Amino acid sequence: MQASVIVFPGSNCDRDVAVCLEAATGKKPTMVWHGNSDLPDSDVIVLPGGFSYGDYLRCGSMAANSPIMKEVVLKAQKGTAVLGICNGFQVLTECGLLPGVLMQNAALNFVCRNTRLIVDNNTTPFTGLYQQGEEVVIPVAHNEGNYFADDNTLDELSGEGRIVLSYAPEDNPNGACKNIAGICDASGRVLGMMPHPERCAETALGGEDGKRMFTGLVEALS
Amino acid sequence: MKATVKITLKYGVLDPQGKAIEKSLGQLGFSGVNEVRQGKLIELDIDADTPEAAEKQITEMCEKLLANTVIENYDIQLNLAE
Repeated sequence: MQASVIVFPGSNCDRDVAVCLEAATGKKPTMVWHGNSDLPDSDVIVLPGGFSYGDYLRCGSMAANSPIMKEVVLKAQKGTAVLGICNGFQVLTECGLLPGVLMQNAALNFVCRNTRLIVDNNTTPFTGLYQQGEEVVIPVAHNEGNYFADDNTLDELSGEGRIVLSYAPEDNPNGACKNIAGICDASGRVLGMMPHPERCAETALGGEDGKRMFTGLVEALS
Repeated sequence: MKATVKITLKYGVLDPQGKAIEKSLGQLGFSGVNEVRQGKLIELDIDADTPEAAEKQITEMCEKLLANTVIENYDIQLNLAE
């Protein structure tokens, strides 16, 4: 399985996620600079966490209009799996691959801590190695993670099983609607999530709950 | 042609910053503040032959980049005096 990681100016989790992808696939992912308009073929494209363009205007809004994003959208429409983590999730909503928006945290604080998550859908290529309904611990680190969408969109997401990850109800760190931590598109192959699986993929980092996201991708896509 | 674009959160969208400002105003002793909503203002200077052309172009800018219409409204004001 070949992975690509898109690097925006201000991305800061690109190398962490590359380490996790390489550990899972045995191959170095291709790092693709945002200014490129050429995206090599790959099985999964990762939009990493960070502060692309310094979060100017709105988080992810500038990155969503980077030259490379046109290619990412085209590949996603053709079925390539896309994983957006944290700022990557914000980019996915801004470019229209996922509905809704990540607003400022309800308490106006940057939140950086472990969160308890429920795996609500284990049939995506990203979550196949988790049990349906399993509780996992994955850290968040964001100021704008408060997922918002209109009621119709929220009903559609929950009715179609597109809420893939949710915060345990008493552990919602940001006020997100329906405790949403991660959603997918209608095909299930584009996932955006606020928690950082790449930050808990080794016991030395305090947990391994994020690791199965990467090993699961290899199983699903190889 | 100069223009300003006012971007505000739609009604019904929670505005935590507005709420925090409202609370601070109350703590400073300003009474009777019923609601505070905050947003952003963008100033543009663009080439356009007519006000209509300018408005059309800025509307497209708002839809594509300046505003996120899921949660935000935008209001375009052209400065025709200059």
